[in-house]
Amino acid sequence: MNGLERFLRTDPRDSGCERAMELLHVYAELAATDPVEAELWYPEVDAHVTACGPCAEDLAGLLAAIRAT
Amino acid sequence: MVDDMDPDSAEWVRTLGGAGPEREDALRRLHESLLRIARSELHRRAGQHRIDGPELDDIAHQAAADALLAITGKIDQFRGDSKFTTWAFKFVIFEVSNKIGRHFWRHPDVALDAEDWDRLPARFGLAPADESEWRDLLVGLRRAVDDELTERQRALFVAIVLNGVPLDAMVARFGTNRNAIYKTLFDARRKLRANLVANGYLDQHKPTRRP
Repeated sequence: MNGLERFLRTDPRDSGCERAMELLHVYAELAATDPVEAELWYPEVDAHVTACGPCAEDLAGLLAAIRAT
Repeated sequence: MVDDMDPDSAEWVRTLGGAGPEREDALRRLHESLLRIARSELHRRAGQHRIDGPELDDIAHQAAADALLAITGKIDQFRGDSKFTTWAFKFVIFEVSNKIGRHFWRHPDVALDAEDWDRLPARFGLAPADESEWRDLLVGLRRAVDDELTERQRALFVAIVLNGVPLDAMVARFGTNRNAIYKTLFDARRKLRANLVANGYLDQHKPTRRP
């Protein structure tokens, strides 16, 4: 599957940015220790950060902040 | 609710919700942490913006100050479902994103109405050597963009996908929020894919978790 096909593919579980941003601190804290658990407990957030570049970037930043403290 | 929190988080909530020198000290310590995270995040995202020097530090200060305001205004909403610091750091990360998005328009290197379809293969990593595999798909996509998308969906597709304008920059441009822009683009993606499937450019199969 090429990059364009991946871009066009949407996941019905995708929570959208608003919900993902609400839960980002909870998801990130779980993902920092166990990414599989984070995906299991918050599939809608996981689907979203897989598809949304800005929210994925926020997650990466929050994970970096968690690991630095 | 405070009783359910870890001791450090409970202490942050207690002191920030208090008054006098103890609250002032908590605000100062929190601001220091937020400023450190803002600077670090701006450096981590160095490839996404052209901010440096005193301006970068100024934006870090703005992000920290705005995050502190948001945190103190919403502290009643903290439920203890993470460490307090994780919850608080989320706000400064959001502020950094917001400020990078706004800053984009100070020196934009794209015209919003330009449509350079020749850039599309590179944006999606479509190799020239494989052009025979994706040429028809791009022809179909261009037709679907013209036929299927609303004016707003088309404008966002052109800006973000063709011209590479960051989504957060479009948030600032349209004076809306990230969710609204994402949702518009999400619907556009779904419509485009359905059109390409219907016209035989793509195979129909169920969405997968990790495409």
